[in-house]
Amino acid sequence: MSTAAAPPPKKTNRIGLEVLSYKGSKTTLCAGCGHNAISERVIECFYELGVEPWRVAKFSGIGCSSKSPAYFLGSSHAFNGVHGRMPPVATGAILANRNLLGIGVTGDGDTASIGLGHFMHMLRRNLPMICIIEDNGVYGLTKGQFSATADVGSTQKTGAANDLPPFDCCALALEWGATFVARSFSGDKKQLQAILKTAISHQGLSVIDVVSPCVTFNDHVGSTKSYAYMKDHDLVLNELDYVPAYEDIAVEIPEGEAMDVELHNGSHVRIRKLGRDFDPTSRLAGLAAIDEARTKGEVLTGVLHINTGKPTFVDMMSLPDEAIATLPESKVRPSRAVLEEVMEELR
Amino acid sequence: MSTLEVSPAESTSANAGQSAVNDFSLQVATVNGSGSQTANTVLMRAIFQMGIPVSGKNMFPSNIAGLPTWFTIRASKYGYVGRRKEIDFLVAMNPETAREDVMKLAPGGAVVYDEPLKLAELRGDLSFYPVPFDKLVAPVCPDAKLRKLVRNMIYDGVVAWLLAIEMEEVHRALVKQFGKRKAKAAELNWSAAQAGFEYAAKTFVKSDPCRVERMNATAGKIIVDGNAACALGAMFAGVTVVAWYPITPSSSLVETMIGYMRRFRMNPETGKATYAIVQAEDELASIGMVLGAGWAGARAMTATAGPGLSLMAEFVGLGYYADVPAVIYDVQRVGPSTGLPTRTQQGDLIEAAFLSHGDTKHPIFFPCSMEECFTMSIEAFEFAERFQTPVFVFTDLDLGMNNWMSDPFPYPEKPMNRGKVLTAEDLDRLGGFARYLDADGDGVGYRTLPGTNHPKAGYFTRGSGHNANAQYTEREDDYINNMDRLARKFEAMRGHVPEPARETRAGARIGMIAIGSSDYAARESCDQLQAEHGVPVDYLRPRAFPFTTHLAEFISGHDRVYVVDQNRDAQLLMLMRLDLEPDLIGRLRSVRYYGGMPIDARTITDEIVKQEGK
Repeated sequence: MSTAAAPPPKKTNRIGLEVLSYKGSKTTLCAGCGHNAISERVIECFYELGVEPWRVAKFSGIGCSSKSPAYFLGSSHAFNGVHGRMPPVATGAILANRNLLGIGVTGDGDTASIGLGHFMHMLRRNLPMICIIEDNGVYGLTKGQFSATADVGSTQKTGAANDLPPFDCCALALEWGATFVARSFSGDKKQLQAILKTAISHQGLSVIDVVSPCVTFNDHVGSTKSYAYMKDHDLVLNELDYVPAYEDIAVEIPEGEAMDVELHNGSHVRIRKLGRDFDPTSRLAGLAAIDEARTKGEVLTGVLHINTGKPTFVDMMSLPDEAIATLPESKVRPSRAVLEEVMEELR
Repeated sequence: MSTLEVSPAESTSANAGQSAVNDFSLQVATVNGSGSQTANTVLMRAIFQMGIPVSGKNMFPSNIAGLPTWFTIRASKYGYVGRRKEIDFLVAMNPETAREDVMKLAPGGAVVYDEPLKLAELRGDLSFYPVPFDKLVAPVCPDAKLRKLVRNMIYDGVVAWLLAIEMEEVHRALVKQFGKRKAKAAELNWSAAQAGFEYAAKTFVKSDPCRVERMNATAGKIIVDGNAACALGAMFAGVTVVAWYPITPSSSLVETMIGYMRRFRMNPETGKATYAIVQAEDELASIGMVLGAGWAGARAMTATAGPGLSLMAEFVGLGYYADVPAVIYDVQRVGPSTGLPTRTQQGDLIEAAFLSHGDTKHPIFFPCSMEECFTMSIEAFEFAERFQTPVFVFTDLDLGMNNWMSDPFPYPEKPMNRGKVLTAEDLDRLGGFARYLDADGDGVGYRTLPGTNHPKAGYFTRGSGHNANAQYTEREDDYINNMDRLARKFEAMRGHVPEPARETRAGARIGMIAIGSSDYAARESCDQLQAEHGVPVDYLRPRAFPFTTHLAEFISGHDRVYVVDQNRDAQLLMLMRLDLEPDLIGRLRSVRYYGGMPIDARTITDEIVKQEGK
C-alpha cells in the first residue's frame, strides 16, 4: 500500500491560473499599513474574477501608496511615474491601447496636492480605468506631514493640529465626472472586495477612496485617519453584492430594498439600501450624503455614485476596437497620393 | 554627409539702392488684427507664381489687436530667403509706426502710404506714393463694416502696378486664398485690388528701382510654414498619440495636424480615427501622456516652446532613465520666462540637451528647411523607437510660423521600424527577457508592450533605481551599470543621428557653423564674404546633437571657425566645447544675435569681418 498521498490539485481560477499569478513582490511597506490590505484585496478580486494579468496595466505616482503596484499582479506591466502625475501617464497608455485594463494607485499627497489638476482632468475625461486613492492623510515617505485630505483638527504625532479644510476626493470625483465613485476602509475586507469587483467591470472612471491608516505617522489618538477612529466612525451607506456575468446566481432581495445595476460586461451589482433612501445614480444625492456625514463627523463608506451610461474618453476619441499603438503601417501612414494631394494644395 | 562645392563665380549678393529687379525687401506695416494677412499672403504668392524666389515673414506682437505688426516679403533672384535687414519698399498703413518705419528705409527706397499721414516731407532720398485709401475703398465696398478689411487689398493693387506684378497672378493668388466657398469675398477683394491698380496707373510716375520680372525658379515648389511641415511629417511618420498644451509659437503645429489627421487618418466608412489628439491641462500632462503612450507602444509626440519645455523637465528625465520613446517638438521663442513670445531665438539648446535633474542628456534634431521639418520628423519617430528615448525636434518661430518656399516633400520610402519590441512568440522562443540588459552593446534593451499575451511579458517601469531585470534596487553597482548603459546608448546615437550638411569653397582657411534657421543667413553670409571681401568660407551645418565625428574633422581643417548662435550665451558653441579637444576649442569664434528677429546675413558678415580685422 502506497503511503504517498497524491498531492492535492492546485487551486485555480476560471482561466486556470493559481493565485500566485496575481501576487507581486514582497511588500516593503510597514507591517500593518492599510495599503498592504488593499493590495491583498486587489489580488483576490483579479484572481476570483479570472482577469488575465497580461491585460492589466498598473500605474502610480510617487509615495508609499505608489509603491504598492509592485506588490500585486507581478506579471502585469506597470508604470511608476512621477509624483502626482499618474493620470497623464495612464491617459496616454489607455489611448494608445484601449484594451488595457488600467488600475492606478495614488495617494492623498499625489491626488489632492501636487497632482490635483491632473486628477480633476482625469475626472472630466471619464478615463476608463480604476483609480484607487490610498488615503491616510499624511505624507509617509517624508515622515508625517499633513496632506490635503487631513481633517480640520486632526493632529500629527507631535500634537500639531491641522487647520485647513480637507479636499474630499469622492466629492471632487462626483462633481467632476467620475462614473463610479466609492469610499471604503482598508479594514473592511468584504466591502472593499465588492467595490473593487464592481470597478473592474465598470466601463468608465472608477474612483475608490480607501481610508488606509498609516501605522507609523497617523494612527494615534487625535488622528481622524486611524484604525480606531475608522472603527468608531465608519458609516456604511449601502452594501454591495457583485454577481459576475459568468455566474447565474439569483440573489433574493426583497423588492425595494436593493437597486440592480447591470455593468457593461454583463455582470451585475446589487446595491442594498440598508433602509436608507439613497439613490446612487444621483450625483446630488451623493454630494449631499457626503456633506451630511462630514457634518456629523462620520466617514461615509460604500457606493456614492454609479452611472453606466456616460461616454468614456476613449469613446469620445472615436478609436477603433484594436489598439492604435500597434496598427500596421498601412493604417497609419497615408498613401503617396495623399502626400501629392497636400503638395498640390500648397503650390 | 552631403557636401556641396560652391564656385565663387556664382556667389553674389544684393546691395540696397542699386538695381532691384527681383532683389528687394518689401515691408507692410499694419496694426495687429486689421486683417492684412490675406492681402500680404496674396502679394507674396503673386510674386512666387511669377517664378521668383520669395519668403514671407510676419513680425507680430503678443497681442490680439491694436499693436503694430510688420510683414516682410523678400524677393531674391539668387534664391536667398533668409531675413534681410534692409527694407527697400514700405507700405505704411500704421500711423503709429509710419515715421519710424520711413526713417529706417534703405536710401533710394520707396513708400506707399495712406495719404493723410503726410510722410513725404520726412526724407528726400525716397520715392513717395500717397494713396487715399478711404476714398478708394468706399465705392468698391458699399458695406462700411467690411471696409477695414478690404482696404488692405487696395495696396496689393497699388504695389502690383509699382512693382510690375501681373494682375492675373494677383487674381489667381486671391482665388486660391479664399477658396471656392468664399467666392463672393474673393470678388469684393479683387475689385479693391483693381481699384488700387487703376489709381496707381493713372496717378504715379514710377521713380524707385524695385520691380519684378518673370523668372522660372519656383516651378513645382510649394509654400508652407514649418509647423505645417512638421505636422505633415509626424502624420506620415505614423504618429498615433498627440498630447499638447497651447503655446506660441507651437500651437499651429498641432492645430494644422488636427486638420490633416481628420482628413487623412480617419476611416471614412467607420468614422474611426487611427489617432488620438488630446489638448492636455498643462505641459506636464502633455509629456506624461506622451510617455504613457510611448511606453504602450504608440508613436507619440507633443509640441511646445521654451516655457513648456521647462515644465516637462521632470518627466523628460523619467523618459530618459526609464527608456521610453517620445518625440518633443520645441518651436523656440525668446526667453527666459515669458520673454518675447512672438519673436524668434535658438535659446533652448542647453536646456533641452540636459533637461531634468541628475545625469541626463538627450538627442536633438535641427531641421533647417521645410523639407527637413518633414523628413526629420519621420527620422525622429524612428530614432525615438530605435533608441527608446525622448528625442527633441528643434525649430523656432521663424521656421515654424513664417512662409517658406520649398521643394515638394518626398514620400517616405523606408518602411516603419518599431525598434526592439518582443512579441509573445519571441518570449516563447527566448523563455523570458531582461528589460534593461544591454544585449547588443548599443545600450538599448528589448522591451515588451503592455497587453502582450504572455506570462513573462510584464515588467515594471520606474523612475527609481532599477537593475537589468527592471527590479527595484538601491545597490551602487546596479545604479552605475544602468547609468553606464545609458551613456553607451548616447554614444551609440552619434552613429545614427542625421549627418551634417556641408558647403566648401576652394582655398577656405576659415569655417562657419550654424544650425536650423540660421542656415539661410549663414550661407548668404558665406557668399557675401566671398563676393565682397574675397574670403572663401567653408560651411558646416550639424543636423543633430550629439554631434558626429564630422564636427571635429571640420574644425581641425580650418584656422578659425565661426559658430553662429541665435542666443546671448553662445549655446551652440558651448555644446560643441564639450566634445572637443582644447586645441580645437581654441579655434572657435562666436557670432551671436539675440534681438528676437530672424538672424540676417549682414549681421554675420559684419561680425566676421570685424573679428578677422578686414
